[in-house]
Amino acid sequence: MDKQFWITDQIIDVNECISKVTRAEAGAINTFIGTVREFTKGKRTVYLEYQAYASMAEKKLAQIGEEIASKWENTETSIAHRIGRLEISDIAVVIAVSTPHRNDAFEASRYAIERIKEIVPIWKKEHWENGTLWIGDQKENISYEKSMPKKEDMQND
Amino acid sequence: MIDVLFFAELQEAVGKGKITIEADGITVKSLKTNFLSDYNLENIDHAMTAVNEEYAEEETIIKSGDTVAFIPPVSGG
Repeated sequence: MDKQFWITDQIIDVNECISKVTRAEAGAINTFIGTVREFTKGKRTVYLEYQAYASMAEKKLAQIGEEIASKWENTETSIAHRIGRLEISDIAVVIAVSTPHRNDAFEASRYAIERIKEIVPIWKKEHWENGTLWIGDQKENISYEKSMPKKEDMQND
Repeated sequence: MIDVLFFAELQEAVGKGKITIEADGITVKSLKTNFLSDYNLENIDHAMTAVNEEYAEEETIIKSGDTVAFIPPVSGG
């Protein structure tokens, strides 16, 4: 895998993401791992299905990496997101950020996951025991108020 | 020819992920109202639109050869 930001239907190797940001200037590598949760507000998930507009999603993940580089000095970011059928506790997303100092690494990886939920074309379909639903955005909206991301969602800062 | 891509619930509503239409120089809005009105896509106005993999406005002009994607609220992570 020569990409730094990628969509895959295979199990994500966390160490592969980490190795892509490992370097001599880094004093910290923060990893965020998003996994499939069984219970949401008491409702039991049987499994999840993720779909992506893969080519655009990889570009948008790379854009998030650029945004991070412009917000925090001297960062390297790698993000992998899995698609297809995922079982409970499977890894859906891995974010690795390396920085000279730890605080920036924590902040930048938090930023990355929030941005994924705003601009990266990946969708999650819940499969419950008694039905299915394509999930809307993190604010639990099932539609956008406008047909564009909000201005602040589109900007780098 | 314009390729139009659908994802998530929109893909299920159309019954496939991609359709191709004969058109050139139309707006995103016109694509929705004139070309996609036969499909049961009541949520299409709640989706974002991407032209050639970049988010686009309703007034953006789509040319032959472009790829348009309708992007419902995303839920990755």
